[in-house]
Amino acid sequence: MPNHWFTGGEPISDIIEAQDLKKIFGDVIAVDGINFAVKEGEVFGFLGPNGAGKTSTMKIIACVSPRTSGAVRVFGRDPDLYPAEIKQRLGVVPQETNLDPDFTCYGNLFTYARYFDIPPDIAHQKAEELLEFVQLQEKRDVTVEKLSGGMKRRLILARALVNNPDLLILDEPTIGLDPQARHLIWERLKMLQAQGNTIVLTTHYLDEAARLCDRLVIMDNGKILVEGSPADLVKQYVGKEIVEAEKTEEVLSCLVGKNIPFEVIGDTVQIATGSSREIVRTLFDHCSPHKVLTRPATLEDVFLKLTGRKLKE
Amino acid sequence: MYHFWSIPRISRRAWKVWHRNLVVFFRTWKVNFFPPLIEAFLYLFAIGMGIGTYVKEIDGIPYVNFIAPAILAISVMNTAFFECTYGSYVRMYYQKSFDAMIATPLSIEDVIAGEILWGATRSVLYVIIMLPVLAAFGVISFPTSLLAIPLAFLGGLMFAGIAMCFTAITPSIDTLNYPSFLLITPMALFSGTFFPITLLPVLFQYIALALLPLTHLVAIMRMLTLPAITGVLILHLVWIIMVTAIFCIVAINLMRKRLII
Repeated sequence: MPNHWFTGGEPISDIIEAQDLKKIFGDVIAVDGINFAVKEGEVFGFLGPNGAGKTSTMKIIACVSPRTSGAVRVFGRDPDLYPAEIKQRLGVVPQETNLDPDFTCYGNLFTYARYFDIPPDIAHQKAEELLEFVQLQEKRDVTVEKLSGGMKRRLILARALVNNPDLLILDEPTIGLDPQARHLIWERLKMLQAQGNTIVLTTHYLDEAARLCDRLVIMDNGKILVEGSPADLVKQYVGKEIVEAEKTEEVLSCLVGKNIPFEVIGDTVQIATGSSREIVRTLFDHCSPHKVLTRPATLEDVFLKLTGRKLKE
Repeated sequence: MYHFWSIPRISRRAWKVWHRNLVVFFRTWKVNFFPPLIEAFLYLFAIGMGIGTYVKEIDGIPYVNFIAPAILAISVMNTAFFECTYGSYVRMYYQKSFDAMIATPLSIEDVIAGEILWGATRSVLYVIIMLPVLAAFGVISFPTSLLAIPLAFLGGLMFAGIAMCFTAITPSIDTLNYPSFLLITPMALFSGTFFPITLLPVLFQYIALALLPLTHLVAIMRMLTLPAITGVLILHLVWIIMVTAIFCIVAINLMRKRLII
């Protein structure tokens, strides 16, 4: 399919480009005509509730699932036509742990490196280096089944780096990890970012996205809802701060009376605002609230605002 | 679009998958080398020496010598078949190894081809382990019996391909029991293994020749170990090569259909 968007004008400088990308499984539209571009050296996030189409998008980029329609280029090439060439330059951290249980930590890295045609001596050196990078030297000769969840994720991250990838694709890199393990992974990703690696990640941990991503998109039902830097999105869609008050009849009628827009979440009332002091003063002066809390607006507020509060299965 | 008969594009990277399995096999060699040794002894004692005491000979051939090639052929079948059903299924479904591999330059075609090549190689290794045992009992002749080694690779490819077709369509690991009991076990008994197929009713003889792959493998194997090589060998060989090609191609296409969505 000829496409002016890719061929015309300037030479391709984006690492990934997608236009009107679609993925349909039977009668389920997993990815519904999305457009995005990932630039060299940036950390780009895909956020969204379960079933938003994040993983399907990752699989198309990683050349393991063909798209239904639309155009994608990774390193300027079509994943359908040049999978081996693209995959040679990718590092992938899948959502599911799929380390090889028949090998030790070292064995996993060494064997994986061989799949990339890396010569044995270099594979050996790289495996040792990466075990150190993810702090698993002491587990070098332990079979992977004996590792904790956090260690397994670290080993998978190390495995994704055996071929010095130009693009790292991380699907829920810290899923199910304790805070210590998450922080170690974040720290390592920051190091990789500092070295100029391009990273694409999906997550539904919003603090993770806010912390790591230069730019992100929020997806829901296969579509991209918004795109921007975490700070810009918060400013644009929520505001600076959130005032939370306990939900009482008095507070509700008072806010309505004062014409202050609010949102009811469970037993609290949330007011997004640029100046919390004013709102808090109004509340105390006129509404006799029980409890009031002021906090900065976060990506989570944007996320919930855009994707709704209904439980996603 | 693919279809069942399209020729899969396999690269030399398939050998990486083969090599991975080889490394694991030799790392646990103690566990892996025993079964074929024991199997050879068991068959020789129970059937060869046991039943052989009464049967003495078939068509002028000592009974133990008659079943020796069958022991090899059945081992080729079982080894490749079980490696590419239960073994491959565990790697595919429980260990997610195929998912991990196709995230590298390996394609799914390379992975499945590597698994099939490995199944056949495992058959070869088992025959190599069994040959000295059979030789020690003096029930096979050399040097022609050495040709059992390359034959094991071809036969192994055939049964690995057949096995991989079942693995590609099986809903769960339990349903792999059906081909094992309905296909492999009867084949081990009725393919001219422990008695000549000429003892079967004529209709069943035709069925055995037309549909049971083991019949052809046993026939060639017996020609090599007795030795009693005739021109019919070529016919058996052509049958095996054709069936091998068909099943290996279909297996890779079915696996692609299962795993690439």
